[in-house]
Amino acid sequence: MTVSFLSMQDVAMPNPRSHRNSAFHRLLAVIRELLGNPSSGFGFIVISILLLTALVAPLIAPYDPNVIDLGQTLQAPSAQHWFGTDELGRDILSRIIYGTRISLTIITIVSVIVGPVGLVVGTTAGYFGGWYDTIMMRITDIFLSFPSLILSLAFVAALGAGLENAIIAIGLTAWPPIARLARAETLTFRGADYISASRMQGASPLRIIVKSIMPMCLPSVLVRITLSMATVILTAAGLGFLGLGAQPPLPEWGAMIATGRRYMLDNWWLVAFPGGAILLVSLAFNLLGDGLRDALDPKQR
Amino acid sequence: MTAIDVSNLSIDLGYGSAKKRILGDVCFSVEAGESFGLVGESGSGKSTILRCIARLLTLWEGDIELEGRSVKNMPFAEYCRMVQMVFQDPYGSLHPRQSIRTALQEPLRIHRMDRQMDRMERALVDVGLNPDFLSRYPHELSGGQRQRVAIARALILEPRILLLDEPTSALDVSVQAEVLNLLADLRARRNLTYLFVSHDLAVIDHMCERLAVMQHGRVVEVMGREVLATGRAKDPYARELIQASLEYDQAV
Repeated sequence: MTVSFLSMQDVAMPNPRSHRNSAFHRLLAVIRELLGNPSSGFGFIVISILLLTALVAPLIAPYDPNVIDLGQTLQAPSAQHWFGTDELGRDILSRIIYGTRISLTIITIVSVIVGPVGLVVGTTAGYFGGWYDTIMMRITDIFLSFPSLILSLAFVAALGAGLENAIIAIGLTAWPPIARLARAETLTFRGADYISASRMQGASPLRIIVKSIMPMCLPSVLVRITLSMATVILTAAGLGFLGLGAQPPLPEWGAMIATGRRYMLDNWWLVAFPGGAILLVSLAFNLLGDGLRDALDPKQR
Repeated sequence: MTAIDVSNLSIDLGYGSAKKRILGDVCFSVEAGESFGLVGESGSGKSTILRCIARLLTLWEGDIELEGRSVKNMPFAEYCRMVQMVFQDPYGSLHPRQSIRTALQEPLRIHRMDRQMDRMERALVDVGLNPDFLSRYPHELSGGQRQRVAIARALILEPRILLLDEPTSALDVSVQAEVLNLLADLRARRNLTYLFVSHDLAVIDHMCERLAVMQHGRVVEVMGREVLATGRAKDPYARELIQASLEYDQAV
């Protein structure tokens, strides 16, 4: 029964690496990984182009998206109007370019609402458990049991048609899956020793949730938000198409399809180009989300 | 002075006929400055006792007194400054996304302690690590280094009592010896009280003056360290455990 005595001097090694820019390097590494895979690379590039387009829309759009030119109605795609013109003679390419701003506004505001709400509801429910968990999860169940478009329709009907109300309605329907995810993640961490350790050090539940649990949930929540962006774009376009989202003069893609519907049979370009834009962007968000999951999820390594 | 006094600690799970006793009437006391061991086979309730004292489990009956005051009605901030714990798994006890700096600074921030940088550097030096380690993340450290960081984190609030839940069982044998020597050294320097859980009698023999042998949630015998060498325990199970351990050591 003897324990061998070894010196404990040689364990203290100086740190060879510096971590000054570790967050920046991590971001670069994630981007490199996204570009390394063809499908997530496609998603990343399309989203980057979308962001850039929205930023410089007035510079690259060949025409004003709202100027009516009744001498040029329903022109087929040509060198002058690449994507043709609509029933009021407005250039469709310009409208699609300006439409990126509306889509991005919707996406940004929805994720700013949905991310924190889902994260807070999910982590608190998972951490506290008990009746609080039961109540919160039944509420999310109720929200989850409606198809999101139908529920947004109900909200818009109650709040009134318009872009702002459409954003609020989509935000209200998009948080439950994120809350569920955050709760499930929290349940796997709450019993971990590092949570016990920080509780023993006197950390309040709020501090534990914000400092220890949320950073652990963040990667999967980010992935989930990216993936749900595709649904958000489709729901926004659906509301626009039904006349409950963005209202007609605004170049919103769904609303463009809705007004083009009447001329669709003879003038295919009125719906094909906005439809293609919706398809491309929601596909890109899906692919980017898949790629992000591979790049961020530590469990898959 | 008595540092830890556990009396009639019991835990029952389930209701009615399905009721099952997890811990039964555990009594022992640890003097200030003493190192007390808890041994027993897996599932005998050693770690459960530690978690009760650590206030991580709350549904127990009986009484636990620390320095003469019941843990149940002690202000939590004061309690944290008195007792800290080192966990078994060095891979699970450090937050994977927090740097060592954050891990050490959190308790100081919570308790609003002064000279934080100073304290953090000294805590690392005290456990035999270079202060450069502050900017590292747990995945960049070896198991032994992580356990040293965990010990530094436990000691940064300057507690008088340290609960050790098999602090070396997840480590390689040579690293195990280093960490044990570090713990013995820290106890001597800071006059700490240890409650040391282990299933390894050799470790307990090296670290503790007295120990309690546990079986099926009960303390079967409290004995001094010298009994381990002679094997003259009163209780048949304790005798068997010591004998088995002696034979195993000889076989190795």
